[in-house]
Amino acid sequence: MDLAIPSIDIASLGPELILSIAAILVLMVSVFLPKERKDPACYLSLLGILFALASSVTLWGKPKYAFNNMIYVDNFGLFFNMVVLITAGIAILMSINYLKEEGMSHGEFFALILFATVGMMFMAIGSNLITIFLGLETMSISIYVLAGFLRERDRSNESALKYLLLGAFSSAFLLYGIAFIYGATGTTDLKGISVFLSEATYLNDPMLLAGTGLLLVGFGFKIAAVPFHMWTPDVYEGAPTSVTAFMSVGVKAAAFAAFVRVFSYSLWNLQPDWVLLMWILAVLTMTLGNIAAIAQTNIKRMLAYSSIAHAGYIMVGMVASSELGISSILFYMLAYAFMNLGAFGVIIVFERKGEKNLDIEDYSGMGFKYPALALLMSIFLFSLAGIPPTAGFVGKFYIFGAAVKEGYIWLAIIGVMNSLVSVYYYLRVTVVMYMNEPVKEFTGITWSPSMVIALIIAVIGTLLIGILPSPYLDLAKQSILLMM
Amino acid sequence: MPIDYIPILAFLIFALMFAVGTIAMSSIVGTKKTTPEKMMPYECGVDPIGSARRRFPVKFFIIAVLFIIFDIEAVFLYPWAVIFKDLKVFGFIEMGIFILILFVGLIYAWKKGALEWE
Repeated sequence: MDLAIPSIDIASLGPELILSIAAILVLMVSVFLPKERKDPACYLSLLGILFALASSVTLWGKPKYAFNNMIYVDNFGLFFNMVVLITAGIAILMSINYLKEEGMSHGEFFALILFATVGMMFMAIGSNLITIFLGLETMSISIYVLAGFLRERDRSNESALKYLLLGAFSSAFLLYGIAFIYGATGTTDLKGISVFLSEATYLNDPMLLAGTGLLLVGFGFKIAAVPFHMWTPDVYEGAPTSVTAFMSVGVKAAAFAAFVRVFSYSLWNLQPDWVLLMWILAVLTMTLGNIAAIAQTNIKRMLAYSSIAHAGYIMVGMVASSELGISSILFYMLAYAFMNLGAFGVIIVFERKGEKNLDIEDYSGMGFKYPALALLMSIFLFSLAGIPPTAGFVGKFYIFGAAVKEGYIWLAIIGVMNSLVSVYYYLRVTVVMYMNEPVKEFTGITWSPSMVIALIIAVIGTLLIGILPSPYLDLAKQSILLMM
Repeated sequence: MPIDYIPILAFLIFALMFAVGTIAMSSIVGTKKTTPEKMMPYECGVDPIGSARRRFPVKFFIIAVLFIIFDIEAVFLYPWAVIFKDLKVFGFIEMGIFILILFVGLIYAWKKGALEWE
């Protein structure tokens, strides 16, 4: 028997390998260190992320297949790699002090964040449905554990269990979809599927359509699209806040990377079949997310519904799926990373042990007591609402612009109207902060250096992308130029 | 082509019939004379004391999880052993990395005290 040894191209897996090794080292360091000194673990993980970022930069612009076409390291994947790496970095910076205050400062936390990031990166560069599935599972299992990391808190446990059960269910949907696609096309390779579909004369194969629908459900769950969003508010509310920040950006970015690659590239010939479905899902997701967010009193729940709405905006870009549409998805993801992480960062600074200070009421009068914190929160919320000159405005502008250009005018109108609705609940927090009298004594906040760095990165990102968007849009356009 | 899957369907039906058939046959044909010894979980061995449905230490759970990991390791090691010669050095290095990662997990579990019974 002759076995073909797959071509090994370690260099193209550079960022993932660096991060995996860093994660293993963090695990070992944290278990051999005494209980009180866990700082080396977080520095090591930050170092790993920096090296992985540098390694991603060196791979930029040289798209190539590796490992028997299992991965495709192109700019599109690398762009998402960088987004999730930045997300992981900011999330770690935000976690250091938060975990200390919660009395849960364990090195495993950082190792799990790194493992989850590796999974996300594999989803972004995977060029085979199997690789994408493996990445998704690596990511999800780490996130299930992270959601329940504050194991003495009931809500954290509830959040982890809910996410695990529903997540496992959705993984089964995705896998079933992959099986159907394999049955219909005879391959799990994204390029192979695309070639098969472009040569096929008969595209109404029920098996193919069933597979496409099941994949849509699987990805829809991970990006929290309506009607697969039920888990989002409970999981986001119960998970540790820094984990919520990480999963609301990282998981979404990675899932969208795979979603776009599978639907807008591999299953492109089925576009007439899925575009209407996607249209309806986008409208439902935007509308339900925004309307439900209005009624929330807990700020983490509100941001959970807001994240559902943002998934809807990004799906508008997928409906358009033109070159502009996809590059605006990338742009939006980058902008969303900074503004959403920033907003959660402010929540972490203000939050007190035992889930205190998490109601919007508690923010009353914060503008006078902590002007800097209130100003930061206002900037992030303005950006999420899409008010210039912030990143959120430019992102929405490009997304809706792409939809109009492709002729989906009603979709863009519904999107803009939704965006108007969202202004109400984002501004309500600002109003509460600046115009209400404090309802209770402030207990004092702590500015840890790592948190300050994280917030500065987030605010610079939000404003810079908002004021000077063109270099980032060029970057996003470059990313899809050599896609597949 | 769906026609290619007929053998699988035939096999499924056969497996189902075999399983249902043997159980049905034994209940129809078999004699039903019960004695207290026959009703016990183990006909020979230690006599059961109390109900099996009771709480047991969570330590068993950790051991079970560790067992799964090394069980899966064995599952991957056997096929490798079979085609060891074909895979040459490549397979050796790959499996080395695989076992190394699991070894790191073992060290972690060990240091965390998962292997201590008390």
